[in-house]
Formats: sequence, structure tokens, C-alpha cells
Amino acid sequence: MIRNRVLFVLVLTGIAAAFFLAFLTHAPNRLLTGSAIPLSQVAHGRLALGLAVALPLLLAPFPPQRPWVHVVVIAAAGLLQIELVALAGSHAADLAAIGRPAERTSLGGAFWILILCAALAIGDAQRRLGRPFLERVLMPIAVAGIVAFLAARGLLDQLSLARELATRRDAFLAAAIRHVVIVAAALLPTLVIGVPLGILAQRHLKLRNRIFPFLNIVQTIPSIALFGLLIGPLSALAALSPGLAALGISGIGLAPAILALVLYSLLPIVRNTVAGLDTVPAAIRDAGSGLGMTPRQLFWRVELPLALPVFLAGLRITTVQAIGLAAVAALIGAGGLGAIVFQGLFANAQDLVLLGTLPLIALALLADALLRLITQAATRTEA
Amino acid sequence: MTHHSILSERLVWITLVFVALVLFMPALRPIFAWLFPALDRPVYRLDSFLSLTLAHLALVAASSLVSAIVGTAAGIFVTRRSGAEFRGIVETIVTVGQTFPPVAVLALAVPLIGFGAGPALIALTIYGLLPIVGNTISGLTSVPPDTAEAARGIGMRPGRILLQVELPLAAPVILAGVRISVIINLGTAAIASTVGAKSLGTPIIVGLNGGNTAYVLQGAILVGLLAIITDLGFERLVTRLQRWRLV
Repeated sequence: MIRNRVLFVLVLTGIAAAFFLAFLTHAPNRLLTGSAIPLSQVAHGRLALGLAVALPLLLAPFPPQRPWVHVVVIAAAGLLQIELVALAGSHAADLAAIGRPAERTSLGGAFWILILCAALAIGDAQRRLGRPFLERVLMPIAVAGIVAFLAARGLLDQLSLARELATRRDAFLAAAIRHVVIVAAALLPTLVIGVPLGILAQRHLKLRNRIFPFLNIVQTIPSIALFGLLIGPLSALAALSPGLAALGISGIGLAPAILALVLYSLLPIVRNTVAGLDTVPAAIRDAGSGLGMTPRQLFWRVELPLALPVFLAGLRITTVQAIGLAAVAALIGAGGLGAIVFQGLFANAQDLVLLGTLPLIALALLADALLRLITQAATRTEA
Repeated sequence: MTHHSILSERLVWITLVFVALVLFMPALRPIFAWLFPALDRPVYRLDSFLSLTLAHLALVAASSLVSAIVGTAAGIFVTRRSGAEFRGIVETIVTVGQTFPPVAVLALAVPLIGFGAGPALIALTIYGLLPIVGNTISGLTSVPPDTAEAARGIGMRPGRILLQVELPLAAPVILAGVRISVIINLGTAAIASTVGAKSLGTPIIVGLNGGNTAYVLQGAILVGLLAIITDLGFERLVTRLQRWRLV
């Protein structure tokens, strides 16, 4: 009898992917589409025994769902992910040993679907165990750590992704750092403008009714269009004033990118500042002033701590959004990880696309997890 | 009432401007030539703006239609007793998936599927699913239990309760999800010209790569207007829906 249908579906999906999709693809060079290599062909020799870690996953949907079953699922799925990475890396190394240097071995659909199914199995088991968020991020961190260790030992060097990285390690690091800098450079002015604006808007209904329609329209305009619309005015501005041009203000590059990011980021920050302050019950405000608190004390000691969780949720949304928008800003020459993505897309180099996309996603997930933890901590100290 | 008529007027005006620009952009050549004197070709002519607009709309309409149908169905499934077990994992996918930048989803479709309108369509559909599934779940779960209970009490069958009680009550929240999904897809479809799908983003990308700011401006204005029109259209739809629910 199937007692965990979620895991059962994930296992079936994984098996179907392993049978019908390529685990790796092997191509004569980095621009051509490769021929498929199924998992069955990759799994031979000593390393293939490691696939036995998947066995508990095949059995786990059937027994009564006790906590230890979930723990086994989490451990087995995590080990399976590591095993899949190791298999892919070692097979790529085998192929590289006999092939020409230009040949490339890339990760295929089956690899990604199996990794995804394992991740979902881990997530589902953790949810069934009902562990707090802090513990839930430990498993992904452990798996990422071990994969990083394998990569550091050189076991993954022959995968196409690693070879793309090897040829442009410095440019990649610079792009990643620049991406974070763009996001930070946009968030700082957003907070400096947005928080006071939100506090004012919460107190003055008129201001509130005036700024939200504007911010909503900005948020509606697609990023690429807003970037495009800012190019004209900013380049005109730079042409008019050499001083501004000397400061690096021009139609293309960092200035329109950061300006657009600030415009986008203002809405969630202002909205959540207002919403956070709105959550403070009038009775608590009254009690504060009854105790003789000045408006300033009331704000810092009562309103701010109570509004903090909602505000931090806004900061999380803004940060994650800005990380994605900064990638689009690469189209107007702002640099960052998006530059690698689009370079790959324009050159039809698929592993270059992945080299930009995977860290981009990782950055967004990392920022999300970090700010969730901070929000939780803030909520707990307040309670 | 007056508020509604002003709103509809604004929508009509913006739409007229948009249609005129789509049809007669080449007629504005003197203006763009004056704005950008250095450019030989101040108006984008590689495709007609009409064909780009239709391609853009087709991409968004097809993906949003599939997202809306599949997304609502998935949301209904996990809020029934038979699908309740899947609700946790579906909610996890919705939350984590929305953390992914839309451009990353678009870029990921290329290594898996290839270049062209196909991967763009699939990426848009998958990404568009997330807000619709999320909002369908929150809409359906916010229906007060007493209401469904009362419907059962007067002898309604589960299928009828869903269609005549739960879905109408959840409709505004579901529609809000569709709105978010369509607006995101409009923007992502513009970026999809980087993966080889024709859309109103094509002049922007061609202009950026070739240093032709006039092309960028023409594409950006049309993409921006299209998004604003769509959003205003949804606003009207929401007003209609509220009025219909009051009847």
C-alpha cells in the first residue's frame, strides 16, 4: 500500500527521467548540441554501486510514515544528489581521457530532473517532520559543501560547466561581485528614500494616495522597457552636462541600471513600511503615550519593533527582485552575472548560459533564506 | 460610478495611442530622425511592429491560458481531500520557484530545450503557473468553512459546491494571481527575444546590440504601454467581478 504518494510520484518521475532522458550529453565542441548518454551507460564500475543509496527512496513510500522513515529519505536523497554529481564528473573525466580537447561533456535533462526530485523529496520529508526553517537549510548547505569539496579536489573539472568556468575564472568572479555591488548600490538609496517615505505615507493619507499609483505603474512596466526608456533621458543629460558624464552618468551602464532598480524597489519597501506600521494596534500606541512616552520614544520603542517583521518581508521581496532585475540590466551594459547569461545566449554557448544562471539562482535563494532567518529572529525577539 | 468612467476612458485613450504607434510608427520617422540625428535608420524596419505585437501577444496569451487552466486545476486539486497530501510540496515549489529570477527560468529553458519560441513558451508557462497556483490555494482556503458546510447542509454535491460557492468566492484572489502572472509574462516575453523568440523586445535587443537608441525607445515604449493597458484591463475586470458578485 502506498502511504506517501508524494514521494511515490517523485520516485516515478525520477525513474522515468533516468530511462528516457540524457544523463549527460557529449559534443564535439562547446557550441554544438551533443549526443545523449543515458544514466545506464554512465553507471558502471565502483562508483555505480553508490546508486544503491537510492534504494531506500524506492521503498520509503510503502511503510507507515514514522519520523525515522523521513530521516532516511532526507539522508538518502542528499547522498543520491552527491552520487549523481560524482558520477557525472567521473564519466566526463573518462571521456576526456580518450577524446580530443575540444570535446565537451554537459549535464543532461535526466541529471537535472533527478537532482530536482531529490531536492523535493528532502523538502517534503522535512515538512512532514515539521522541523523549523533554520534546520531545513542545513541539508542543502551540507550537499552544496560536499559538491564544492568534490569540485575543489578536481573531480568535476572535465564537466563542460567547470571548463567554461576555468577559462574565465577571473571574469566570472568579477561579474559575481559586480552583481552584488549593483544590488547593494540600488538597495541603499531605496532604503534611505523608501523608509522615511513609508513612515510619512503611513501618517498622511493624502501622500499615500499620491505615491502608490505612481509606484504601482512603475512596477507594472517591464524591466527591459524601463531600462530602455531611461537610456534616452540619461544620455541627453550626460550630453548636456559634462560633469555628470565624468561621474559616469550616461544612458548605458551602471547609472540607468541603478536608477531603474531603485524605482522598482521603492514599491515593496514603501508598501511594507506602511503595512508594518499599520499592524501596530491603536490601543498599544495609546498605552505608550499613556505611560508618558514622547512620539519619538513611541516610534523607536513601540512602533518600529512591531512593524519590523512586515518591513523585513518587504526587504526580502525587494532584494530577491533586485537580484533578478540586475541580471536584465546586463543588457544595457551594467555587467554582473546577467552579462554572462546573455553572452552565452547570444553566442549559443549553453554551458556559458548555465555558468551565469546557476549562480544567479543561488544568489536569489541565498538572499531569500538569509532574510527569512533574520525575519524569524526579529519576530522571536519581539515576542 | 464616475471613477469607473474615468478609468475606462484612460484605458481607451492609452489603447488608441498604442494601436496608432503599432500601425504608424514609420510615419514618426521625422521625429526620431530629429531626436537621433546620428542614426541612418531611425525607425525599426526589420519586422513590422504589427507582426511583433501579434507575436508578443500570442506568446503571452498562449502561455497564460495554459498557466491559468493548469494552475487553477492544480490549486483545486491540492485543496480537495484527495490531493491534500500534495499541498505542502506544491506550496514549496510555488514559494521557491518565485524566488527564481524570470530571466533565469528563460535562460534555463535554452540548454534543456533549445532556442526559439518553443523554450520561451515553456518557460513563460511554467513561471506563470506559480502565482496562479499560489493564489488559487489561498483563495480557496480562505472560503469560510461554515459557508461550504451550509452548502453541504442544503444538499449540494461537492462538484456544485466548488463551482457555485467556493470558486466564485475565491475568484478575486485567483484573478489577482492571473494578473500578476500575465504582467510578469509580458515582461519576460520581451526578454525572450534574446532566446530567439520574436516579440516587441526584438527592437530593444537589436537596438542595444547595434547602438541604435531609437530602436530601443520604440520597443520600450510599446512594451511599456502594452503592460499598462493590460494592467488597467485587469483593473476593470476586477471591478466587473466585484459588481457581479454583489448581484
